Amino acid sequence: MTKPHSTTSPPSLQTITEDNSTLKLKIKGALNTYTTSKIWTDSLTAIKTSKPSQLIVDGSEIDYCDTAGIAFFTNLQIRQEQLGGNFKVEGLSDEINKLYKLFNAEQLKEPDDSDSIHSENKIEAAGRWGYQAWEEIQVNIIFTGRVTVALIKAMLRPDKIRWKDVLITCEKFGANALFIIALVNFLVGLVIAFQSAVPMKQYGAQIFVADLLVIAYFKELGPLMTAFVVNGRSGSAFAAELGTMKVNEELDALDTMGLDPVPFLVVPKVIASVLMLPLLTVFGNLFGLLGGLVVMFSLGFTLETYLNQLTIAATYGMLISGLFKTLFFAVIIAGVGCLAGMRAAKGPSAVGDAATRAVVVGIVLMIVVDGIFGVIYYILGI
Amino acid sequence: MDKKIINVKELTAAYGDNVIIDNISFDVVKGEKFVILGGSGCGKSTLLKHMIGLYRPAHGSILIEGDNIAKAEGQDRIEILKNIGVAYQSGALFGSMTVLENVMLPLEQYTNLSKESIDLIARMKLNLVGLTGSEEKSPSELSGGMIKRAALARAMALDPDILFLDEPSAGLDPITSAELDQLINQLAKSLGVTFVIVTHELNSIYNIADRVIMLDKDTKGIIATGDPEYLRDNSEIPIVQKFFKRQTDDQLDR
Repeated sequence: MTKPHSTTSPPSLQTITEDNSTLKLKIKGALNTYTTSKIWTDSLTAIKTSKPSQLIVDGSEIDYCDTAGIAFFTNLQIRQEQLGGNFKVEGLSDEINKLYKLFNAEQLKEPDDSDSIHSENKIEAAGRWGYQAWEEIQVNIIFTGRVTVALIKAMLRPDKIRWKDVLITCEKFGANALFIIALVNFLVGLVIAFQSAVPMKQYGAQIFVADLLVIAYFKELGPLMTAFVVNGRSGSAFAAELGTMKVNEELDALDTMGLDPVPFLVVPKVIASVLMLPLLTVFGNLFGLLGGLVVMFSLGFTLETYLNQLTIAATYGMLISGLFKTLFFAVIIAGVGCLAGMRAAKGPSAVGDAATRAVVVGIVLMIVVDGIFGVIYYILGI
Repeated sequence: MDKKIINVKELTAAYGDNVIIDNISFDVVKGEKFVILGGSGCGKSTLLKHMIGLYRPAHGSILIEGDNIAKAEGQDRIEILKNIGVAYQSGALFGSMTVLENVMLPLEQYTNLSKESIDLIARMKLNLVGLTGSEEKSPSELSGGMIKRAALARAMALDPDILFLDEPSAGLDPITSAELDQLINQLAKSLGVTFVIVTHELNSIYNIADRVIMLDKDTKGIIATGDPEYLRDNSEIPIVQKFFKRQTDDQLDR
């Protein structure tokens, strides 16, 4: 049989009622992916209307048939059998018949899923969600415990720490991030200074933009913006690295060597993060204030005036309180990133999902911790 | 009587409610090359992962030189793991380390040897597997066959009594696969190590195995055990015949 062109006209369908219980469908033309749809719909309508006990398809004038056509016959057979009737195809050419015999309608029926739960009610869904959330909390608590114990052991036995991995991570986490930290903080500082200068102009208080900027930056913006950038950059990288190790069975290999991946893989990353993030925050603070300087210049203030305002407004307490938070942010970035990687599933999207999860969970946790610190500092009067 | 180095008793392995292996028992004799085979999805890799302590069984015990790895925890588990070596299907070499560093790792962790000694032992292991000259390469620079050899060298780092190999010939061309089979035979002969190998490559089975067990997906158990050539020529179980003769139902009926 010759494959018809895709613009071939659809086949014709003639329905013949032979007696009260037998319906014959005489099909003429080509049955393929492009031409089968109308005849399919019309045939099903005919069956539904007449409900024959015997359905016969006369295929003697079908000159081409591919698997779309076979699927059409199979669908008719399954529908007819569901209605309790019989089905037969006759008159097919040898070639088409050979193709028809490749498929077994019995095997192509949709599985009976009457036992499966099609939809849960809201209480079941809430219960399932609650159970999964509790499991998630347990996993995180256990991991936090393991990391804490591993860190304490590392502090007591610093010779056991994989310092080579710490230094490599310091370079990737710290040194390689300097440009992006500088750029982001510069732009944020510039925007904050500009946006605050506009309303302050009404009161002639533009000089206090410097005060606002240094207080906001030292206490909140510097630590948070730097941590967010580093989380997106390095937290996701940790997740991807460990996720790939999981997929490649490298974590299994560690397990069967009796090596706990937490001290082996996680501790060096936590140590590097804790060492680097405060330094990066100081660097970020500097560029945030430089962004503010640009705005102050544009407002006609001098460098001396700006620096004078900064030194009046800023205190060591502000700086240290901001930097202290970064220690916690660093642990979150490394811990969440590593845990997301270690829990990566199998499959092509697993590593990407782990990286996404690391970034999202990291951001949320850091904001929560920042909020807690805000309350603590308020109570302490810092 | 030959000493039994591994005893698996009434082992049932499941993922949740999905039972993969149901109540199997078998032993591995010290020094033999024992092959676990079967069709895809019959639970070969699952069985191996239970035997190396990665998974806990739903029921049963796995005694490695008398110690139950299925229940061991903490330091007890580590002591058992120090006596076995595992070479994974993908190699599972650590990408951030060189080949030599991969082999040195278990030695650094568990011995008090000097760095120099560890370096030498690791080089000897690589020499045993034919990778002298590749010590400073990273895993990404190795061919498939070389990765398998490096993984084998790392598995042998602590001179374990038992080596577990998961699909060692997977992804290899026939010549490289045959070379790996030859290496396994040489190591078994020269080191007296017990091998437990999961594979479905018939040529490797005939080349390596002293004894095999065949797992079956439908019965979730052991369907045949013994010498592979004997099973090929004498088994009356259709699925065993199909497997060893690489034939479908139609071909078998002819």
